[in-house]
Amino acid sequence: MNTINKSAVQQVATIFSNKRVGAYHQILINVGEIVKSCRPGNFVAISVGGDSSRMILRRAFAISRVSDNSQYGGTMELIVAPHGSGSKWLCAQPEGSELDIVSPLGTSFGIPIEPINALLVGGGYGSAPLFGLADVLKSRGCKVDMLLGASIGSKIYAPMEGKRSVNSLKIYTEDGSMGEKGRVTESLLEIISNRSIDVIYSCGPMGMLRAITEIVAETEVIHQCAVEEAMACGIGICMTCVLPVRNEDGSTSMLRSCIDGPVMDGSHVQWDLVGRIPEAHQ
Amino acid sequence: MTLPVDMSTTLGSAWFPTPIFTASGCASSGKELAQFFALKDVGAIVTKSVMTKPRHGRPTPRMAETPSGMLNSIGLQGPGIDAFLAHDVPWLIEQKARVIVSIAGETIEEYSTLARKLRSASGISAVEVNISCPNVENRGLVFACDPDASRRVIDGVRKTIGGELPIIAKLSPDVTNLPEIAKGVVDAGADALALINTVLGMVINLETMKPHLGGKTGGLSGPAIRPIAVRAIYQVHAALPHIPILGMGGVASGRDALELIFAGASGISVGTASFGNPTALITIQNELRDLLAARGFATVQQAIGYAHREETQ
Repeated sequence: MNTINKSAVQQVATIFSNKRVGAYHQILINVGEIVKSCRPGNFVAISVGGDSSRMILRRAFAISRVSDNSQYGGTMELIVAPHGSGSKWLCAQPEGSELDIVSPLGTSFGIPIEPINALLVGGGYGSAPLFGLADVLKSRGCKVDMLLGASIGSKIYAPMEGKRSVNSLKIYTEDGSMGEKGRVTESLLEIISNRSIDVIYSCGPMGMLRAITEIVAETEVIHQCAVEEAMACGIGICMTCVLPVRNEDGSTSMLRSCIDGPVMDGSHVQWDLVGRIPEAHQ
Repeated sequence: MTLPVDMSTTLGSAWFPTPIFTASGCASSGKELAQFFALKDVGAIVTKSVMTKPRHGRPTPRMAETPSGMLNSIGLQGPGIDAFLAHDVPWLIEQKARVIVSIAGETIEEYSTLARKLRSASGISAVEVNISCPNVENRGLVFACDPDASRRVIDGVRKTIGGELPIIAKLSPDVTNLPEIAKGVVDAGADALALINTVLGMVINLETMKPHLGGKTGGLSGPAIRPIAVRAIYQVHAALPHIPILGMGGVASGRDALELIFAGASGISVGTASFGNPTALITIQNELRDLLAARGFATVQQAIGYAHREETQ
């Protein structure tokens, strides 16, 4: 029995809406039935540039949330920063455009069976999938607090409707242009103990994920993070997106962030070895 | 009304129902693609080159997209031959896929050791001897850049499994005289040739102002290298018209596959195209069948090397 990519479907999907929100684009795509198998943390791989594109690789985007509406059917929401040529192309696609998508891909955030105290930490547009996660956690009776950080205020993604799905939201910017001046990790230990946090769910730049892992290392808190590595395929065949991850026996494996991630246990990732090669059998 | 095209092809003594294969290193061991199409529906699964021991490969970043192509620098990460033969091959055979196992070694002896391990495995159609991986620490280890080393590797493999499994030698286009290297490995016992491996390249990151890839250099693949593949296959087929060639290099459509077949390829491996499109092999296979039919070819065999024919007026 094959288990890799087991829910993934390749299909043509239509852009339902494409709106600019601060520094990002909020893109809604009609995807139909597959919303039933999308879980918070999963991602979608999209072909960019059209048929004669010189960009031959798909772009991976975190699915920020899905909804199954009786009127419009299943829709998937993406929050996209128009940074590189692929994401700029996607952000420039008007309503009604067709996209070649493969989804859902990757691992998802673990949802607790018992109501717990969850802290969601997002960096930049990394906050996007956390709002969909917050909805699911709330529906399971969890208490959900959220910390968002970015370099400047316009890079904070925090939609009005998203704020309703969390008990509290605290914003940090490095230049102080929104919320508190500083980084999300600044008062993390204090927040963990004041609010009896059981699990941290995080999504954002690798530096932030590593910093959170180091801070919670001395605590009982479980840290589930969605990692970001450059991917060529998104489906496990190219071996480019690997991260060093510690196995139960203490050895290290180079795991693919597309199929063994993007959601990983932060304490298992060998952050100090990222970009290097473990010593044994090089 | 067009007649159905006989898509079957052979590489040495191995028969395949269609000429469209995966490319080694671009399909892992098949499990990942099995969600998108039935592996038995393509010619063969050419597995990622495996070494004797498990291997971590090169550090990240391992990838850089380039115009109509990409550079990779994986460095032969893999589980090692024992785990591979215990888990991956039986699974592929269970799927009724035809399997070509690709092997890579650091020494001439390692290739022989790997070939010996394959003797005990059943159900394999052929062995691809990858002597041209560009992502090794020491470029001196690229056997395929050295005619003598190439011959010695193939000679060692032939002594171990020659006559039992067709031996396909995978060559590098990064050489001055490819037909000469091809002749050398054929003399040493290769039954077929795989052309081409990736082309050595580099990208420099303008932010860090250093080579972007962790391994500094990488292998260029994708449509950007297709004309190099066509040239290499054409040259080698002209020099060795009776040696079957598994052609590859930037094939992304049926049109591209047919171009390589006209140049002299008996089979086509599709690699990088699967990264952008998990169902690329099936699309390419269907397009190729239609293109052959539209040109009046009843079999793939008739089209192999067709660009070399002499016009009789």
